[in-house]
Amino acid sequence: MRDIFEEQESDDESPDRTADARADGGVTRPGRETASGLERVTNALDERFGEDFVESSPFWFPAFLLMALFVYGAIFWNLLISLTDYEGFLNDPNYSNLDFEMYVRAFNDPNVINASVNTLILVIGFTLATLVIGLLLAILIDRGIRFENTFRTIYLLPMSLSFVVTAQFWLWMYNYNNGVINIVLGVVGLGPIDWLGNQSIVLWAVILALMWQFSGYAMVVYLAGLRAIPDDNYEAAMVDGASTVKMYWRVIIPQLKGATISASVVLMVFALKAFDFLYALVSGYRPPAGTDILATLMVREAYQNTNWAYGSAIAIILFAMALLIIGPYLIYQFRRDNL
Amino acid sequence: MSEHDSKDETTDEPTEPTRNASSSSGPSDRIDIPRVGLYAVLLGLVAFYLAPIEAGLVTSLKTRTGVIETLPFAPPFFGEFTASSWASAFDTLARGLLNSALYAVPATVISALIGSVAAYGLTQANWKRRYKAFFLALFVAGIFIPYQAVLVPVTRFWSNYAQIEGLLLPLWLLGVDRDYTALVELMITSIAYGIPICTILFRSYYKNMNGEMIEAARLDGASLRRVYRRIVLPLSMPMFAVVLIYQFTQIWNDLLFALVLVQSTSSQAAPAVLILSGLGVSQEGMNFSLQMAGALLTALPTIAVYVMFSEEFSEGIAT
Repeated sequence: MRDIFEEQESDDESPDRTADARADGGVTRPGRETASGLERVTNALDERFGEDFVESSPFWFPAFLLMALFVYGAIFWNLLISLTDYEGFLNDPNYSNLDFEMYVRAFNDPNVINASVNTLILVIGFTLATLVIGLLLAILIDRGIRFENTFRTIYLLPMSLSFVVTAQFWLWMYNYNNGVINIVLGVVGLGPIDWLGNQSIVLWAVILALMWQFSGYAMVVYLAGLRAIPDDNYEAAMVDGASTVKMYWRVIIPQLKGATISASVVLMVFALKAFDFLYALVSGYRPPAGTDILATLMVREAYQNTNWAYGSAIAIILFAMALLIIGPYLIYQFRRDNL
Repeated sequence: MSEHDSKDETTDEPTEPTRNASSSSGPSDRIDIPRVGLYAVLLGLVAFYLAPIEAGLVTSLKTRTGVIETLPFAPPFFGEFTASSWASAFDTLARGLLNSALYAVPATVISALIGSVAAYGLTQANWKRRYKAFFLALFVAGIFIPYQAVLVPVTRFWSNYAQIEGLLLPLWLLGVDRDYTALVELMITSIAYGIPICTILFRSYYKNMNGEMIEAARLDGASLRRVYRRIVLPLSMPMFAVVLIYQFTQIWNDLLFALVLVQSTSSQAAPAVLILSGLGVSQEGMNFSLQMAGALLTALPTIAVYVMFSEEFSEGIAT
């Protein structure tokens, strides 16, 4: 990379020359073919990738390199570790003996299967619930109400909180004896329900709490989508005599496809990361029974049981799930010229 | 928003013929049932979104018996008021709040700067779209990576390959606790994983920027660096507000990296969320009053930032 940096420097030191060349209306750098080998290389690169490729690389390449090492390099390294038998505190991974033992173990481990099922329920349940509530909020807010900004600010407020803070609040909300939820249910003669102790409902309780935190996000995305729809679409539907519900269902919601796709990708990925919330619920690596997801299982295996290789293998399974969501999204964005 | 308000006002005007003819609802100042219902639903939702925070606030101000004996959302009116939970939460968390600020603020600023520069090189500079798209795709995917997939390597990297404790010798000589090595690691890690989202946020802003001035400057022979310094950077200030706010909230709120890099809540360098995650749990059961006070205290900086800049915040997450 040193070469490219030097090229950038020399470019800056001779702005006049470039200026002359540019003032002629030339788009590339004329009169440089006779230059040194280094310049020939940069010219060739520019030819291949576009005129500003070399000059722009000092801007984006360092960031790219740092990210590439920390994100993609680390994922590759993680993959390598998952193929070893690395465990314990003092050892180092032995990279000379790679096999898929950890993956075989994972696919036969009832904990992994259970956590995968919970992950799927959490991702799908949370995403759908949050999208529906977010859309509802957006439509209500878009009805030309007063104090619109105040309502929007309140609905979005939980989004600024940490998962850890949310977990503390909802721990209290779900408290068996004194929690708000059970007291409100008690008024209508229901409950009390042991929200966090009952294995069959605890995951839904977690989904409700996360929905509380993120529905404001879905609202903001949908609101931007609604505002982009021209007013005459509403008016045309009204002239046709459609009811408000029908108008939204037939005319407006189908136009929110883009907003739905980007919101669901973000929400699904948030759900895959729900580790912070579950950790803070119990202040420990083992979340309430019935809520163990791959994210918590991975951290527990690696950092509590020091089964580093096994934890890495679970992480790769989680990563593959994320890839199944991100991959199609990237292709979709590329096709729509957003990349 | 103002755009929408004005639309509403025109609906209010009875002289607006087309809108009134087409919509059955009258002026919104008159009381009509659907309108009342709409506001009732909106207020009900306000109750839902504020309830956990309100319950947390009143509980944090109650004595232990008050917490058990009064309704969770009732204010502490009847002698069960106490500020002792806040005092002890502050005692426990003060160090954490300082630590969080120590790494979150520099990490936010640095990742925003790097993101801006990188987005400029990937957006305003002229090179072929399909190659740009390849790099951009890598940045976008970088946003969505579950951090579990890099956790073990990051831990090993800092503990075995990049031992920066020696490099920070001047700090230790000044009497800084050696635990703060972890905070520096946390800061660099946060910067690295913050770069993708910062880059993409700036990129969406630069893509919609009016290119004429930049084009003209480029034709006049200004280098990319000069265009950035003189034109793009000054015009990016609104987006810097958005990115800084978003990124600060993200870094301040993140638990996972703090947990694996700092490890212990008793460490001198423990950030606020890490201390909070273990707060209030003791042998005698949970002290909800303390937990709520701690949660609110930890959330205070991000809530303050949010309330002051809610416009920028929602722009940040919507992009």
